[in-house]
Amino acid sequence: MLGEFGDEAKLLAGGHSLIPMMKLRLAVPTVVVDIGRVDDLSYINDGGDHLAIGALTKHRAIETSDLLLAECPILAHVASKVGDPQVRHRGTLGGSLAHSDPASDLPAAVLALGGTLVAQGPNGTREIAAGEFFSGYFESALAEDEMLTEIRVPKAPGSGWNYQKFNRRAQDWAIVGVAAVQVGGATNVSLVNMGSTPLRASAVEAALAGGASAAEAAEAAADGTEPPSDLNASPDYREHLARVLTRRALEAAGVS
Amino acid sequence: MDISVTVNGTTQSNDVEPRTLLVYYLRDELGLTGTNIGCDTSSCGACTVHVNGESVKSCTMLAAQADGQQVTTIEGLAPSEEQLHPMQESFREHHGLQCGYCTPGMVMAAVSLLEENPSPTEAEVREGLEGNLCRCTGYHNIVKAVLAASGQQVD
Repeated sequence: MLGEFGDEAKLLAGGHSLIPMMKLRLAVPTVVVDIGRVDDLSYINDGGDHLAIGALTKHRAIETSDLLLAECPILAHVASKVGDPQVRHRGTLGGSLAHSDPASDLPAAVLALGGTLVAQGPNGTREIAAGEFFSGYFESALAEDEMLTEIRVPKAPGSGWNYQKFNRRAQDWAIVGVAAVQVGGATNVSLVNMGSTPLRASAVEAALAGGASAAEAAEAAADGTEPPSDLNASPDYREHLARVLTRRALEAAGVS
Repeated sequence: MDISVTVNGTTQSNDVEPRTLLVYYLRDELGLTGTNIGCDTSSCGACTVHVNGESVKSCTMLAAQADGQQVTTIEGLAPSEEQLHPMQESFREHHGLQCGYCTPGMVMAAVSLLEENPSPTEAEVREGLEGNLCRCTGYHNIVKAVLAASGQQVD
């Protein structure tokens, strides 16, 4: 159906990004394809050297998964920070990632983890690295006739991690957020709402790899970012928040 | 489009416009006006119902998504005409409402909360009701009502 209708069609999974946009007339698809009951895309499996999560797995399932709490706790924690309990009963990981909102929590977490997103279309299946998936403001690398089927994240049991979500109101998106997680001996840091996509704080990562302390490295958090200006914050304030929250995230993740 | 939804134990079959939100289906089509609409941004939670036993904001679901599913509204909570559900009774006893507009959604969210966390701390109740806004009460008595309904001591 996606192939038939092209950009006039939207997939409906949990609907907690799409329906609010439709209510505001920011999204006006002609056709909505309800995939919410494709149960065989809802799973959390041990893939040996990674964890495999079905794209239609709900945030609530991720939040409460014993496997994720043990082997990739940052993902379970970040899922618990999305919206509110009612939202988490419906929203899906694949939906959140495909929606590609730079202010969302889960895209930044998957980016920091260096996850892999599996997309399927009529032309077959392909794997997309998280670093190449989020291409712009509400834009992803998915073709019009593709959908996400699985997300793979590395196991990092017991490794340092932290997520800082700064907002002023309950249920709100982050004004700025920072995810820090140790993967494969390096400390990865990603930023929420500091640009048109979730961003890796590469200057921070390079500084840490070069032996800088958390405090020193955090000073570079806003390097290369273009934070938005809105009712919540000016770009200057967002840059300040990025530096402060990065330091807090690193220190809480055990990086000094 | 034709949909068939089991609401408060009774299966309802209707022809609805595909764009119909679940909350409008419940209120306008089925006459179950206990579920309220308090915002247009999926924030307030006054529209909270249970879908397959879990709390959901019915304003952020299409009726078509509930096809073949089980929905419980506030009207379906009480075990009988003569008896209130323990959560409703607790809200009454602890004065967990003033105008009552947020109350159906609060009660439905609280029931779902206790099903997932039967003995929450006060902080867990406050966070667990993050999806429900109240302009009247300042939340204190709502939190007390939920803690009391969980069987825990309240001041």
